[in-house]
Amino acid sequence: MSNNNKIEINAISDENPLDYKTLNEVIHRALSQGKTKIVLNNVCGQRFIGASLQGNIELIINGLPGNDLGIFMDGPRIVVNGNCEDQAGNTMNDGTIIIHGDCGDVIGLSARGGKIYVKKDVGYRVGIHIKEYEHKHPVLIIGGTAKDFLGEYMAGGIIIVLGLKINDDGSVEESNHPICGNELGTGIHRGKILLRTDENLEENLGIGAKLFEITESELKQIDPLLDEYCDAFSIPRELIDRKPFKVVKPISKRPFGGNYCGQIV
Amino acid sequence: MSSLTHKIPSYFKVKIDQDLCKKCKRCTTHCSYGVLSFNGEKIVSDDDKCVACNRCVAMCPGKAIRIIENDSYLPPHGNYTRRIRNIIWRQSGDGGVLLSATGNDRPIRVIFDDLLLDACQVTNPSIDPLRETIETKIFFGRKPQKLEFNYNIETPDDISLKTDFSPNFEIDMPIMIGHMSLGSISYNAVMAIYQAVKELNILAGSGEGGLHKDFYEYGPNIITEIASGRFGVDINYLQNAAGIEIKIGQGAKPGHGGHLPGEKVNSLISQTRMIPKGSDALSPYPHHDIYSIEDLAQLIAALKEATRYKVPIGVKIAAVHNSAPIAVGIARGGADFISIDGFRGGTGAAPRIIRDHAGIPIELAIAAVDERLRQENLRDQITLVAGGSVRYSADLIKAIALGADVCMVGMPVLIAMGCRVCQQCFRGLCSWGIATQQEYLVRRLDIDVARNRIINLFHSWNEELKEVLGAMGIDSVESLRSNRDRLRYIGPNPRIAEILGVKHAGE
Ligand code: SF4
Ligand code: SF4
Repeated sequence: MSNNNKIEINAISDENPLDYKTLNEVIHRALSQGKTKIVLNNVCGQRFIGASLQGNIELIINGLPGNDLGIFMDGPRIVVNGNCEDQAGNTMNDGTIIIHGDCGDVIGLSARGGKIYVKKDVGYRVGIHIKEYEHKHPVLIIGGTAKDFLGEYMAGGIIIVLGLKINDDGSVEESNHPICGNELGTGIHRGKILLRTDENLEENLGIGAKLFEITESELKQIDPLLDEYCDAFSIPRELIDRKPFKVVKPISKRPFGGNYCGQIV
Repeated sequence: MSSLTHKIPSYFKVKIDQDLCKKCKRCTTHCSYGVLSFNGEKIVSDDDKCVACNRCVAMCPGKAIRIIENDSYLPPHGNYTRRIRNIIWRQSGDGGVLLSATGNDRPIRVIFDDLLLDACQVTNPSIDPLRETIETKIFFGRKPQKLEFNYNIETPDDISLKTDFSPNFEIDMPIMIGHMSLGSISYNAVMAIYQAVKELNILAGSGEGGLHKDFYEYGPNIITEIASGRFGVDINYLQNAAGIEIKIGQGAKPGHGGHLPGEKVNSLISQTRMIPKGSDALSPYPHHDIYSIEDLAQLIAALKEATRYKVPIGVKIAAVHNSAPIAVGIARGGADFISIDGFRGGTGAAPRIIRDHAGIPIELAIAAVDERLRQENLRDQITLVAGGSVRYSADLIKAIALGADVCMVGMPVLIAMGCRVCQQCFRGLCSWGIATQQEYLVRRLDIDVARNRIINLFHSWNEELKEVLGAMGIDSVESLRSNRDRLRYIGPNPRIAEILGVKHAGE
């Protein structure tokens, strides 16, 4: 990518953060000038960065992006050098979001495609209602741990939680937090959640979710994803292979099918 | 739950006049509920399955069929009516939550029917709508509270507008066909609706079903819906619409999510909703990015960002006890329009307990919301859309006089297309090709005929609206809006008149 296509934008002007509307307007202007790599410096809480952007473009965010990073996004790659607030990748259709830090709640809400890689821990209801369609299978990989309601209503795609503590100096150790909270995969009716743990998670499961041992084909399926994840954060792959994965899958594609009945008038 | 059968007396009986019957067996193919069959000698019926959809009656070339109520007497009881007994029999048989469709069918008094319209006599002249212009168009979207100008007394020629305008568009009648998704109704029904609204330059809602690409060309007349399942929501869905509505609730099922059973997710529905074939499409009960007015404001802002501030963004709520303060929060949260759906609002599938018992009448909700927005100085900024059983033009006119800018209309559109209000939409077997995805049934609905019937219906509503406006001496529907002095109440409960802000007849 030549430097002509790159632009740096300061999200602070005269010591005041630009409001989200202005910042997004600046991004749109840069894109309309043909820029394909946009570096945003000093980002501090501005929402909706990258909203509904399309195509082969890259956003590098230095700072802390606000809620709804990459909402409705369809294709671009976003790299956050820092932590990230809630709802990154909300209803995303395609693209990649890489977060070099912790993330808030409801990450990847209703995403239909694309990849979200988080280096550290995430909050509640992450991966809720992510769904697959034809060739689209959203992928969410969390290096650290997750809280309650992980993968709620999940309708496709894959969530992987590694349970590691990846430090900023590049060193990696096992996290001492529980790998996930309660209501794990509650209402899941497609897709799967893989958790790297040897703990028994039976007690954590939500309604409609069931625990399985990982199969050979599933290991094969996640292999390239894990390689890509390790690449993104420059961590050695061998570490991950030291612990087995447990898999959460739906009991049925129709978890609540029997709950209703009809009536004539 | 295990299904325990219990012989329930049928609601209807199919009477076949064997003298008139030509034994053509046409009725047996037309009945999609499996009631009629030919036993080698004559047509026989399994009355338990009949839903009185009247398809067989309409299709019988010999006019040999009549559907009658089962007149076999149940022991009478004023409290345990046939309806209540039937509910108990069903539930003790199936053990499930009862589903239902269309809107609340309990015989609860309709407030619209207790309102009378004013007309001019002597002191203010009426207008002849056939010879003078009476305006029924509406500008849809947020209006500025006031206009500000850049003006300097030193250079008086240098004057420019300072106020930012929000996006607005024009529709020719204060009518929007309510949200009915492809899935809840058929491709042909949706196509007929979209063609009609384009022709009439009014609006239709997409429902939470995505927008099939065949429908993109009707986008300028479609309000797309963002519901909790986010089905079919992508950039095309957002950018091909006249406006976008965040659906929080629906009058027929306030507080409830959605559940499209997997067997209805065929390839057409799968493509449009962007979900795999055969999977249940579950819409979570709340939006999980909205737990507060602040969160709602955030999604409104996100949608404005995503559409680059080109289209109005609104929010739909069901009419519930505290609609008025919620509506204020929505308006302050940046919505350009607010839609309110009353407790009689329609549905393709809803738990009967919620359809029949939750929410409040739209008349009261319109008045309460209009009044509260007025007190907060917000009313003139936003477009208020109201629905939830606007049955005919009289209801439309009264709803506007109570405070609505635009009315959502659903069931009358279906009835115009042939629906007989059998309340079976959730079963997907609609014999009229409306609430079904089965190809052989969908084919029964002729798009051109259905479209023209919708066009005729709203043309006549609009003419009737003009007649009433003329009789009131009002030359624009915008001047009828919130004009409650032109209404009088004749019902039994003066408290209702008080809440509506309407005087009693004679006052
Ligand atoms: S076509 Fe309709 S009315 Fe006729 S028998 Fe079948 S269900 Fe009953
Ligand atoms: S749309 Fe069809 S199934 Fe639904 S009420 Fe009308 S006729 Fe019955």
